[in-house]
Amino acid sequence: MLFYSFFKTQVGQHVTVELKNDLAIQGVLESVDQFLNFKLKDIKVVDEERYPHMLSVKNCFVRGSVVRYVQLSPPTVDTALLQDAARREAQSTQQMQQAKPNVAPPVA
Amino acid sequence: MTDVASANAAAAAGPTSSFSMVEEPLDLVRLSLDERIYVKLRGDRELRGRLHAYDQHLNMVLGEVEETITIVDVDEESNTQSVRTVNRKVPMLFVRGDGVILVSPPSRAS
Repeated sequence: MLFYSFFKTQVGQHVTVELKNDLAIQGVLESVDQFLNFKLKDIKVVDEERYPHMLSVKNCFVRGSVVRYVQLSPPTVDTALLQDAARREAQSTQQMQQAKPNVAPPVA
Repeated sequence: MTDVASANAAAAAGPTSSFSMVEEPLDLVRLSLDERIYVKLRGDRELRGRLHAYDQHLNMVLGEVEETITIVDVDEESNTQSVRTVNRKVPMLFVRGDGVILVSPPSRAS
């Protein structure tokens, strides 16, 4: 859920979504869901000469599984907050695993 | 005062979690938070950047990223291969975990 929450903070920001087929779409992030599917508006394909198919497309939905990267604008990203959130997420998923019955090794 | 607080925190965290202990593979990634890391990806891509966040899928947010793409060109006539690399820099990048092959702590060479 960490990155779902993170992308919710990015709604309204300009992002560049790079797909696994190398198509890169620049646009404003409109919404995101738990699968990290994205809705983008005011989109522009980065290399229009190579990919002229999308010239008339202004809004689109991108399936999360075809995304390779999302380029973000650094000032909109609170890196300290992200790192804290990542540590908390790591701990909470670990605790969920510990809740399963298994014998914990003795602490040295 | 502080000792009591930290003891309580340690007790609440459970018997196996001490903060710097490596128990499972992902702990190695956790210890790389805020460090520069090397990530090998599908499609002959490599990244070097500062790790700001990750999850159990190896989705990541990296900062000050340098991406290296290795491209092998085959010359049809002479039947020879030539390898070239393309580099680019991205200031802040989300990487989807399904493309990740390995994550390594910063090597001295990079």
